Amino acid sequence: MADFYEKLGNLDRRIIFVLIALSVMIPIIFNMVFPNPVGAEPSRDMFDYVDALPEGSNVLLSFDYDPSTMPELQPMAEAIVLHLFQKNINVVGMALWPQGASLGQDAMSSMADSLGKVQFEDWVNLGYKTGGGVMIVRLGSSMSAVFPTDRDNVPWFEIPMLRGISTLESFSLIISLSAGDPGIIAWVMMAGDRFGVPIGGGCTAVSAPTLYTYLQTGQMVGLLGGLKGAADYETLVGIVDGQAVRGMAPQSVAHVVIMLFIIIGNVAYFSQRKKGGVK
Amino acid sequence: MNWEILGIWLGAMVTLCLYSFLYRDNPFYKFAEHLFVGMSAGYWVIYNIENVLIPNWWQNMVPPEGGFNWIWLIPGVFALFMIARIIPKTAGLSRLSLGMIVGVGAGLNMVSFFQTNALAQVKGTIFSVASGGVWSIFSSLVLVVGVVSGLVYFFFSKAHTGVVGRTANVGITILMVAFGASFGYTIMARLSLLIGRFQFLLEDWLPTIPRLLGLGG
Repeated sequence: MADFYEKLGNLDRRIIFVLIALSVMIPIIFNMVFPNPVGAEPSRDMFDYVDALPEGSNVLLSFDYDPSTMPELQPMAEAIVLHLFQKNINVVGMALWPQGASLGQDAMSSMADSLGKVQFEDWVNLGYKTGGGVMIVRLGSSMSAVFPTDRDNVPWFEIPMLRGISTLESFSLIISLSAGDPGIIAWVMMAGDRFGVPIGGGCTAVSAPTLYTYLQTGQMVGLLGGLKGAADYETLVGIVDGQAVRGMAPQSVAHVVIMLFIIIGNVAYFSQRKKGGVK
Repeated sequence: MNWEILGIWLGAMVTLCLYSFLYRDNPFYKFAEHLFVGMSAGYWVIYNIENVLIPNWWQNMVPPEGGFNWIWLIPGVFALFMIARIIPKTAGLSRLSLGMIVGVGAGLNMVSFFQTNALAQVKGTIFSVASGGVWSIFSSLVLVVGVVSGLVYFFFSKAHTGVVGRTANVGITILMVAFGASFGYTIMARLSLLIGRFQFLLEDWLPTIPRLLGLGG
C-alpha cells in the first residue's frame, strides 16, 4: 500500500494532462449541456439593471480585451449586445484595447444582422483610442473631441444616433468587458466615481475576485465573472446553446477531475507523511 | 484556395505545436513559439503606427484638409526622447518623457485612486453592517471581522501573541480562504481558454478534414 501511495505521489504529470484533455474533449464531442441555474448573483444584477433600462436609452459598451481572452469575454459581448438590441437600446461601442474594436465589431454586426438593427441608427462602433484612464476623463467633457470619427472614419456629426450624445453623462449605463488594465477599474475610477455614470462589467475569471469589492460598495451595478458569468447571461437572455452554456459542461467535468486529483494528492501526501516519508 | 480553411488549418497546426510542449520540449514547439513572438512584435509595431501614431498624432499635426499644427511637434519630440535611450550619450533625455508620463499619471490617479479604492471601500465596509436582513448582517460582520483581522496580521509593530496573535490567526485564515477562491477562479479561467481551443479544434478544424479529402460535409 505504501508503494501505491508513493507511486501516486510521483504520478507522471502527462497522465494528468491527458485526463484533463479527455475531460474537456468528451463533453464537447458528445455535445453535453448541463443545466445552468442562475441565482441571486452579480450576473442577475447586471441582467436586471439592463432589463430595467427604458427603450431608447444610450449604453456605452467598451470592449477592453483581445483574442487571448475571447473564450470568456466574446460570449458575454454577444449576449449583452443581443439583450441591448432586444430592448431597443442604442449601443455605442468603443475599445480601450486595440484589438477589442474588431472583436466588438464582430459581436455587434452579427447580432445586428440577426435582429435587423441598422448601423449608425441603432449602433455604432467608435473604435479604439489609446490613453486608458486619461482618455476616459476626456470623454467626460467631450466625446466628439476624442472620437471625431467612428471606426470606419465616418464623422461624429454625420452619425444620426450620436446627435443626443455629448459626454459620458449622456449614457444610462457603461459596460466594460475587461481582460485587465485598462478596463473595469479605470471605468469605475474615471467614469463611475467621477461623473456618476452607472458601471457594469464582464471580466475574466482571474480578475473577478478583485472586482467583487466594487459590487459590495455599489460602485458597480453588476458583474459577469468568467465563463460562468457568460453562461449566466446567455441563460438569462435565452440563448439555449450559446458558446458559454456549452462550455460549462467541459468546465464542470474538468473541475471534478481536478478536485479528484487534489483529494488523491492529499491522501498520498498524508499517507506518506504518516509513514515518515514526507516531512 | 479557400483562405478560411487555410486560416483554420494554420491555427490548428500552431495550437497543436504549442500543446506538444506538454509531452516534452521539441522543435515543433520551438517553431511555434518563435513564430508567435516574431509575428506579435511585427503586428504590434504596425498596429500602433496605424491606430495610435497616425490618427492621434500625425493627422493632428498634418490634417488631411491641409495646414501644419506645429504644437504637435512637442509630443513628437518627447516620443523621440524615449527612443534616445538606445544611444548611451542621449539616454538621459528619455527621463524627460518618463517624468511627464509618471507626473500626469500620478496627478490624475492620486485623487481618483484614493477615492475609488480607499475611501469608497472603507465606507462600504463600515456601512455594510447598517442595513439588510439577518443573513446580510451576518455576512457584513464576517466582512468587517475579516478586514480588521486581516489588517492585524500585517501589523508587525506588536508581537503576534495573546489577543493580537489570535486575531492575526483569524486574519491569515480569512486570507487563505480569499487566496483559495482566487485560485479557484484562476483554474476556471485557464480551463475556459483550454475549452475555447478544444471547441476550435473539434468544431472548426476537425470537420474540414473530410471536406479536404472529398468525403462531403
